[in-house]
Amino acid sequence: MNVRDKTADVESALTLYGERMPSRMLIGTAQYPSPHILAKAVEASGAGIVTVSLRREQARGRTGERFLELIRELGVRVLPNTAGCRTTKEAVTTAQMAREVFATDWIKLEVIANDDTLQPDVFGLVEAAAVLSADGFKVLPYTTEDLSVAERLLRAGCEVLMPWGAPIGTGRGLANPYALRSMRAYFPDVPLIIDAGVGAPSHAARAMEMGFDGVLLNTAVAKAADPVRMAAAFAQAIAAGRAGFEAGLMGVRDMAEPSTPVAGTPFFDLKARDE
Amino acid sequence: MSIKEQALIVNGEPVTAAASTLSALLDELGFSGARIATARNGDFVPERLREATPVEPGDRIEIVSPRHGG
Repeated sequence: MNVRDKTADVESALTLYGERMPSRMLIGTAQYPSPHILAKAVEASGAGIVTVSLRREQARGRTGERFLELIRELGVRVLPNTAGCRTTKEAVTTAQMAREVFATDWIKLEVIANDDTLQPDVFGLVEAAAVLSADGFKVLPYTTEDLSVAERLLRAGCEVLMPWGAPIGTGRGLANPYALRSMRAYFPDVPLIIDAGVGAPSHAARAMEMGFDGVLLNTAVAKAADPVRMAAAFAQAIAAGRAGFEAGLMGVRDMAEPSTPVAGTPFFDLKARDE
Repeated sequence: MSIKEQALIVNGEPVTAAASTLSALLDELGFSGARIATARNGDFVPERLREATPVEPGDRIEIVSPRHGG
């Protein structure tokens, strides 16, 4: 099932750097069982943006060209990443290489601090974001929920922030919902996309119900037993979560309250007499 | 091996090559016409500057191309 057409009609479509997106789902292109399944999963997701990377090429290798051809056929916007970069310099150079080879000035900026958690090095991230924004890039930084870091990223020129749900590849969902809620409340007008750690459609729905603007995920789809069905499941969860947010969720109460009217309940007087 | 050959690090591996410019190096290593981007000693080298970019002993060259990513 492809939900792209339906979400495109929603008045409040996601707009990133002035461009209206066909969907609130962004999807990664790594780890699929085959290029064919990758293509089918992207199609089923309805995503308008796919993430890609740069890696060392072999002499006489044509892997890159074949991959680029596959992505072109999908007819979606590519968002190159700087995955694996550990310093500002590495990330900036990788972004510049990506801009040339993918012919886009959009960059998913990652500066990684630690191998075990793959958590963002927020100092390098802010520095690289400033350099790249000044150089004309449209930077989508993979960051934490930290509000002061977020402020600095915005000041550095970012118009979109991508806080982690949980560490990359863990599938744990939203590890710190309180902090994410605070971030959402603190930056009501900044597009915020949950990036990484999303393991199940329910995680994505929850993020959308909380008012996040989109969800970027990869492993949960690519490593599913049936990636194409899972991509469709995420698309539905994201659309449902967003619709729920826009419709306005009810408040949570501690005590029960009958939904059926109390007035006119049969035998109501008997119950009252028994008591 | 020509005496002009120089030792480089290309994509993390030691390589000896006769080329004196980045574009000549790419030709020599079999990257002609490939969809690639390059960096020399950590700095991006745009395609239009490859011919004017010298390659010197000990240089670290990165040659990358599009791949899957998350």
